[in-house]
Amino acid sequence: MNQPPTPTSQPPAPGGVSAPPANPLAQRDERWQIRVRGLNKTFGPQHVLRGLDLDIERGRTNIIIGGSGQGKSVLMKHLMGLLHPDSGEIWVDGVDVVKLSTAEMGKLRRKFGMVFQYAALFDSMNVVENIAFPLIERYKLSRDEIMQRVRDLLGRLDLANVDGIEKKIPPELSGGQRKRVGLARALIDRPEILLYDEPTTGLDPVATKNVDEMIRRTADDFGVTSVVISHDMASTFRIGDRISMLAEGKIVVTGTPQEVLASRQPALREFVETSGLVAPDDGAGPS
Amino acid sequence: MTTSSSAENPPEVSPIERRLRAALQYLSAPIMIILNYFGERAIMLGNAMAALFRPPFRMRLFLDQMQFVGVGSLPIIALVGFFSGAVSAQQAITALRIFNQERFVGATVGISLAQELAPVFTGLMITARAGSGIATELGSMRITEQIDALTTFAVDPIQYLVTPRVIATTLIMPIMTMVFNIVGLFGAYLFSIYFEHIDLGQFTEQFTYWTDPKDYIIGASKALVFGVVLSVAACYQGFNVRGGAKEVGLATTRAVVAGSVSILVSDYFLIDAFHILWPYKS
Repeated sequence: MNQPPTPTSQPPAPGGVSAPPANPLAQRDERWQIRVRGLNKTFGPQHVLRGLDLDIERGRTNIIIGGSGQGKSVLMKHLMGLLHPDSGEIWVDGVDVVKLSTAEMGKLRRKFGMVFQYAALFDSMNVVENIAFPLIERYKLSRDEIMQRVRDLLGRLDLANVDGIEKKIPPELSGGQRKRVGLARALIDRPEILLYDEPTTGLDPVATKNVDEMIRRTADDFGVTSVVISHDMASTFRIGDRISMLAEGKIVVTGTPQEVLASRQPALREFVETSGLVAPDDGAGPS
Repeated sequence: MTTSSSAENPPEVSPIERRLRAALQYLSAPIMIILNYFGERAIMLGNAMAALFRPPFRMRLFLDQMQFVGVGSLPIIALVGFFSGAVSAQQAITALRIFNQERFVGATVGISLAQELAPVFTGLMITARAGSGIATELGSMRITEQIDALTTFAVDPIQYLVTPRVIATTLIMPIMTMVFNIVGLFGAYLFSIYFEHIDLGQFTEQFTYWTDPKDYIIGASKALVFGVVLSVAACYQGFNVRGGAKEVGLATTRAVVAGSVSILVSDYFLIDAFHILWPYKS
């Protein structure tokens, strides 16, 4: 394959063999912020991800649904560089994170914030210390500046009115408060991409709705790209701009909520119908 | 009919070769397990030491661990030290009385405390108290994804969690051993003078004549090694927990068992090495 020479292309190799064409994934794409191609991951005999392809839309709330044990959290940890794939590519703004060194990955992680399933707050620290942790570790800011940013986030996440919240330690917080503090910690360094690992697991319906609103509002207020791992279908259709279904190690369906609801893919149909969002086989939208 | 390529069908192995391979695998398995056991811990120790010289330097974490391992263990070390000294004196007097040589009790207890009892008992106490605490804390952090959270903030968990614990435990061990020595000697002194009515002059004279700084240097050196051994055992078990609360409990048990056994086994080799390098005066 011959390509017209461009200012950035390599000179032809001796013997007339031209350089391979530039990978389009290696360019920053205005629409897709994260692009995953052919991701494979095995744990011993278990083949969890089987050539998974996925695109994450910039500035939108992208939901990845799937049953337990399908590899949703494994996928999430790959996006963040916490796990290394057996093969495949993960491009974030035109950078293949799989090929990055530990130091380069450390720098790239500043683009990300992660909200863990059970918040993963540091037990040995109070709320302020937890939220300020990324700032303390990464920058040399004055105490006043740190406190100002922490208090600003506490206010924006409706935590400022909780009595003595700043000095509370994680075991003294409710499930919903823990999620909010976890989100505040993820947001404090103003990330471009926010990853949520099953954010509504273990919450009652009211707290679930509050967390959904929090995710929605965070996406709108901070303009971040949100990637939410979930198996809560009501939440998914409440907050998702784009929904992808992971089954048997691959993305089997992806699209807008309407497109996903209209899909006849069997695994997805079963998932949607079992959740009670639609009557079996009627193809209607969420109630 | 198609024929398969050699790549698809690897060359057949003769039954004898297969059996030889199986036998070799069977025989080498224990060696591999032992190498793996020490290798993994050595890698963790190496990474922790390498991280010590790389910024950022978190003095506060180090001091917190010194406080937890050292100050927190002080009461139990003092209690065990006092009674170990007193019991050693009691046993020594019983034995020495056969030869009518009770005056040597100060020397006997002094040397045994300095070289053996203080470093080993301190190591066992620190393993039971701080080693189990370290394994439980790191294990809980692992299963609640706190260690993953550290990584997402581009913080090296080995540098943040393991290095301060290993360094603090290693440095605090000789200090705690000296505390054990002092309190143990006080216990021996009280028992010998007030319960067994040993002459105070003879007690102190024999103690000062027979015990050397070398005895305390040997004890402190052993304590340093025990500090490394027990802290790496605890950090390794806690850091590598997979699963839930049950696994954290098992990791804690393994950390205490591995730490205690490692202390006792390494003690044997260390005291042998010291006696060869530094023969006892006659």
